[in-house]
Amino acid sequence: MKYIEEFRQGDVATELARRLKAYAGRPVNLMEVCGTHTVSIFRHGIRSLLPPNVNMLSGPGCPVCVTANADLDKAIALAREPGVILATFGDMLKVPGSYSSLREAKAEGADVRIVYSPLDALEIARENPTKSVVFYAIGFETTAPAIACSILEAERLGLDNYSIISVHKLIPPAIRALLDSDDVRIDGFLLPGHVSTIIGSRPYEFIADHYGVPGVITGFEPLDILQGIAMLLDQIIGGKARIEIQYRRAVRPEGNVKALEYLHRLFEPCDAEWRGLGLIPKSGLRLREEYASFDAERRFEINGPPPREHPGCRCGDVLRGAATPPECPLFAKACTPEHAVGPCMVSSEGTCAAWYRYGR
Amino acid sequence: MCLAIPVKVIAIEDDMAVVELGGVTRRASLMLVPETRVGDYVLLHAGFAIQRLDEEEAQETLRLFAEIAAAEEGL
Repeated sequence: MKYIEEFRQGDVATELARRLKAYAGRPVNLMEVCGTHTVSIFRHGIRSLLPPNVNMLSGPGCPVCVTANADLDKAIALAREPGVILATFGDMLKVPGSYSSLREAKAEGADVRIVYSPLDALEIARENPTKSVVFYAIGFETTAPAIACSILEAERLGLDNYSIISVHKLIPPAIRALLDSDDVRIDGFLLPGHVSTIIGSRPYEFIADHYGVPGVITGFEPLDILQGIAMLLDQIIGGKARIEIQYRRAVRPEGNVKALEYLHRLFEPCDAEWRGLGLIPKSGLRLREEYASFDAERRFEINGPPPREHPGCRCGDVLRGAATPPECPLFAKACTPEHAVGPCMVSSEGTCAAWYRYGR
Repeated sequence: MCLAIPVKVIAIEDDMAVVELGGVTRRASLMLVPETRVGDYVLLHAGFAIQRLDEEEAQETLRLFAEIAAAEEGL
């Protein structure tokens, strides 16, 4: 068992696709919330296996894409401060803020480092005791426990030159915001597998109980996704709404209890601004008061001009599933992966990047 | 961003593991899955193991897939 090839068998995919094609019910919109699902769906050609009455919408599950310009501007401003090393994940570098990007700041002399893990940022802090290392912490519930651990490690090692800007976001409140808005009808959710590895299935129960919409927590291999869609369609045909787990090898109903313990020890929910969705109550995470000394926003005064949006960019609509990338006037013209206007084209798992690469 | 890949744990020292995927090894923190043992497969995300993969559940999913493939052959 290698947990990869076994979930890519062609004969099973053929039969699952045949079953999906046989769906003869009402036309439905199914949303894959997670950007990693979006990429997998495109890469494996899954859209072409679906009947015309099953429409896949891409959701807001790309942390780079939903980060608001105001929050991007903070990182860029802080990176330009003397004595600061700003560390972050690679996807962030090219994302344009209101006036600039981290890549531009780096080209102009700011010390911006790409790391694979927050532990790498800790290592940079250890190697540079006279500098202040700020980790720009983006990500959903999948990533927040790892960031929490990096702070506990910094505390244990006595590294007082390490801090973070927390722009973490939470998936269930975003799903609630989508269901409360009336611009898109969503008949079922493919729920994110790795967020659910941490939070389990229970935080999604409201989707079925309150909104009557089914959801299936789904893995990322092609057979996982085909089976997840089949499970959603089975519920729709049967007139049911439940939260089911397809990705059983990685997701337990209670999630990862240890990871949640760290997450809640270090962070508390706060209101957060999402690109495309606006301000969503209790949808972000900020460091608790006990860990304020690791909070870069409380350690540094970050000032800058007010944020502004890119004219014509429809990333916000794309993130709600209200527009597909080709409906944006900039798509594949003024906005390409090399010269991106909006974050959905920059991020490797942005919806626009996936359409550009696989969907044209 | 939420990408996590299945890797095999080949050595453990305190709360750090050496993990292997396709012949490449790297280090991973086990802080989030302290019960991990050598030989387990874990999901690796941003330098951390975030969950142990459950082989029994995986086999159950594969059994279901085998039934689906058999149904195809029977057509």
